[in-house]
Amino acid sequence: MSTVTADAVMDYDEAMTKFDPVMGLEVHVELHTATKMFCGCPTEFGAAPNSQVCPVCLGLPGALPVVNEKAVESAIRIGLALNCEIAQWCRFARKNYFYPDMPKNFQTSQYDEPIAFEGYLDVELEDGSTYRVEIERAHMEEDTGKSLHIGGATGRIHGADHSLVDYNRAGIPLIEIVTKPMVGAGERAPEVAKAYVSALRDLLRALDVSDVKMEQGSMRCDANVSLRPRVGEPTSEEQLAVPLGTRTETKNVNSLRSVERAVRYEISRHAAILDGGGTILQETRHWHEDTGITTSGRVKSDAEDYRYFPEPDLVPVAPTRETVETLRGTLPEPPGLRRKRLQSDWGYSDLEMRDVLNAGAVELIEETVAAGASAAAAKKWWLGEPSRRANAEGQDIVTYAAGLGLTPAHIAELDGLVAAGRLNDSMARQVLDGVLGGEGTPTAVADARGLELVQDDGALEAAVDKVIAANPDVADKIRDGKVAAAGALIGQVMKEMKGQADAGKARELILAKLQ
Amino acid sequence: MTDLPTDLTRATAADLAGALASKTISSVEVTQAHLDRIAAVDGQVHSYLHVDGEGALAQARAVDARRQSGESLGALAGVPIAVKDVMTTKGLPTTCGSKILEGWIPPYDATVVTKLREAGLPILGKTNMDEFAMGSSTEHSAYGPSHNPWDLDRIPGGSGGGSSSVLASFQAPLATGTDTGGSIRQPAAVTATVGTKPTYGGVSRYGLVALASSLDQAGPCGRTVLDTALLHAVMGGHDPMDSTSIDAPVPPVVEAARAADVRGMRIGVVKELGGEGYQPGVRARFDESVALLEELGAEVVEVSCPNFEYALAAYYLILPSEASSNLAKFDAMRYGLRVLPEGVDAPSAEQVMAATRDAGFGPEVKRRIILGTYALSSGYYDAYYGSAQKVRALIAQDFAAAYARVDVLVSPTAPTTAFKLGDKLEDPMAMYLNDIATIPANLAGVPGMSIPSGLADEDGLPAGIQILAPATKDERLYSVGAALEAALVDRWGGPILDRAPELGGAAAAKGA
Repeated sequence: MSTVTADAVMDYDEAMTKFDPVMGLEVHVELHTATKMFCGCPTEFGAAPNSQVCPVCLGLPGALPVVNEKAVESAIRIGLALNCEIAQWCRFARKNYFYPDMPKNFQTSQYDEPIAFEGYLDVELEDGSTYRVEIERAHMEEDTGKSLHIGGATGRIHGADHSLVDYNRAGIPLIEIVTKPMVGAGERAPEVAKAYVSALRDLLRALDVSDVKMEQGSMRCDANVSLRPRVGEPTSEEQLAVPLGTRTETKNVNSLRSVERAVRYEISRHAAILDGGGTILQETRHWHEDTGITTSGRVKSDAEDYRYFPEPDLVPVAPTRETVETLRGTLPEPPGLRRKRLQSDWGYSDLEMRDVLNAGAVELIEETVAAGASAAAAKKWWLGEPSRRANAEGQDIVTYAAGLGLTPAHIAELDGLVAAGRLNDSMARQVLDGVLGGEGTPTAVADARGLELVQDDGALEAAVDKVIAANPDVADKIRDGKVAAAGALIGQVMKEMKGQADAGKARELILAKLQ
Repeated sequence: MTDLPTDLTRATAADLAGALASKTISSVEVTQAHLDRIAAVDGQVHSYLHVDGEGALAQARAVDARRQSGESLGALAGVPIAVKDVMTTKGLPTTCGSKILEGWIPPYDATVVTKLREAGLPILGKTNMDEFAMGSSTEHSAYGPSHNPWDLDRIPGGSGGGSSSVLASFQAPLATGTDTGGSIRQPAAVTATVGTKPTYGGVSRYGLVALASSLDQAGPCGRTVLDTALLHAVMGGHDPMDSTSIDAPVPPVVEAARAADVRGMRIGVVKELGGEGYQPGVRARFDESVALLEELGAEVVEVSCPNFEYALAAYYLILPSEASSNLAKFDAMRYGLRVLPEGVDAPSAEQVMAATRDAGFGPEVKRRIILGTYALSSGYYDAYYGSAQKVRALIAQDFAAAYARVDVLVSPTAPTTAFKLGDKLEDPMAMYLNDIATIPANLAGVPGMSIPSGLADEDGLPAGIQILAPATKDERLYSVGAALEAALVDRWGGPILDRAPELGGAAAAKGA
């Protein structure tokens, strides 16, 4: 078994005074086509092991692949959305290597003829500035099966007693999106990395081509990092002219936060090695989410030879110009423009919009507003308790809400109950709590819990009279014009009413009686 | 319709089909007659790796019942067939002549097999072959060689020597084959039977255990051109499960075989195929056949295909390259043989893979995996695989230029008659040279056929003539083949296989 020991790291700020970081990100995206890349098996996540397999995706002798046309369409749409050129003619290739979870012992992928190439994605950073990520290529390939290594301490194949393989994932369509070296980001490299993956995720979600669930592996990121000596400002000519250093590839960095942390960690680790006169080994690194460090994987050398050659079992993919233009017509509004439009529609400040974006709640709010809620209320409710709980669970809000069955319609309904005067704010929070607890729709929860503002002014007036009588000194202060003192009386009135009163109305009554 | 011989195994598939259609005989009778023949002679010939008597009879009964109920059936319904062991058969072993697949029972049928079943052809069993179709003699079968019914000490050709010897020894009226560099045509030539490699993509490859994907093509084997055409029509056609399958109807092969007309056709004799290295008797029979075609009304010219010279070299780079990748899946993880390495406690998956592949693959398979792995390696790819692909394009150009002048090309199918078992086993190059005339068609994807041209004077063994046509013009093979066959049979005074020695009795002792 491998022993996990943390390497020496240099303080990040110090590292930045000495080195200039360069990154390259490889993102694998599972397409959510109904069927696999080369056969008719379903692609649903979470099915019983080896229940979604056939001779083709099991690589049985004699079986042959047939390209999933929907996957090709998705690949082209992704390419177009990334401002790429689309190949007029390209082939699949076989990437040959032995591994038990790869049924044919070669992966059907694309090599020197990707479906999409030479594009870019503009990424917005925290400070509102834009960083352009150059895209080298986006190509189609198939996923492998999934190995589960039993026994041993690391969960990796070395040291395991035995392994189980689930081939349900084998043959799921993947698009691999590869950036060119990302230079000039300077100290903001980790932020740029995270912002890029986040923007890519938004884009893929808007394209509706993938579930882009990093925690389920439908979007996976490998981060290449290298350092070169710092000789000037990150974007200066002299800095950009410095040759790239040796890179490491940190595999399977599977959350936005981890992307940022892993890049930051590797920068600090490289810096410590280089500063100590050492050299960086070109290798893959494993990311450890829990400890926030990377450890050495296998050493990548030129000896690794995948013996690529054109896949003879498949005919070339040759989309016509008309097809490409038709697909271009199906592209959604670019997420950046869309965000600006929504912010203006909703009247959010920059800060408010950023909170919404960071919470990943744009779509939820959009749907909630469409269901009739005000933009302010939609933001208030989604970014409140549901967000807090999703964070605590380590999930994104969309997944978390979906898991609980909490819908935009529920939030709109809740907002409607408040607007109609049936619930006050604190009652609405209780109702939301009930909805989150699976007790039903807001109306059903309110009914079941007996939550309703008392509309009977007589009862409220009686309570006000009782509280005034019991607090003659406070009442006198109010009579003397100290309106702020009313707060103490309102609290007691609410207590009398067991919380089921409209605080605003209580205040009006108190003031009316004492002024 | 001709009268059926008393021994049903001597009948042609076309005659059997006619008698079945008129209910003169039943499929059960025909199938049982062949099973009896197999029991009597396969001990000497060793054509079959697996005989499925019960399954074949059950299929025969089913097709008889369908016929009795008045159902309209396909032309070959009820005629039994032997299937090359490279095609997956649901519920029946499929070994490809390799130890590494010993005991594997596929869970699915190859598309070709599905078509056979749907057309009502009872499957008698699976025929022997060189391991993963690598060879020209069946000597590379892990289960021992098949024998040539003309001389049991000689090879029946390969890789499809099981299918050719089945036909030549009357153990089935029809058989399937696959042809990557000549594995249908060369066995046909050395056993005096007929075999067609259709246009690449003309018959589905789904369920054919791949040797070299860009070269492999399944096709029909028979004892007459018409029988072969009837089977071609059943096997062929578009298959959505095979991306490289041609989306067009099967060419009119049966019509062409029945018309048997070469009048006005232009026939090219390939200058580069037939000179040095070709046995005189093979050459003589070929020349006679060409003269006959001229007599039948064809125009014969000589055609040069200068790049054919490089075909063998290109083939032995492309084939091993693709094969090295196609055979990677045999890793003991999911099916087939699993061998644990000796003296290793708790071996890793990698060690089990290595031990299994070492034990499960024969020497010829290993040789080609190593060749292919080398040819695809970075730094060598352009020089080997890349150059071979360029040669391939040049060969296709040679064909295109030739077909601009002529309708079909002809050559001897194989340079020699059947050699003795063991003669070339230690000399791979000598073995590879058997396919020198057949390989160009695979590289270019064009269709080819071999029919018997007679017996060589020096050894009295069968020789074959190869007919090649442009891609998708498979029917031309049958026009020429059927016309020539009729003229030759007329000259011989009966089918050539009537001259083959009787098996059994004295022959049994010889073959044992």
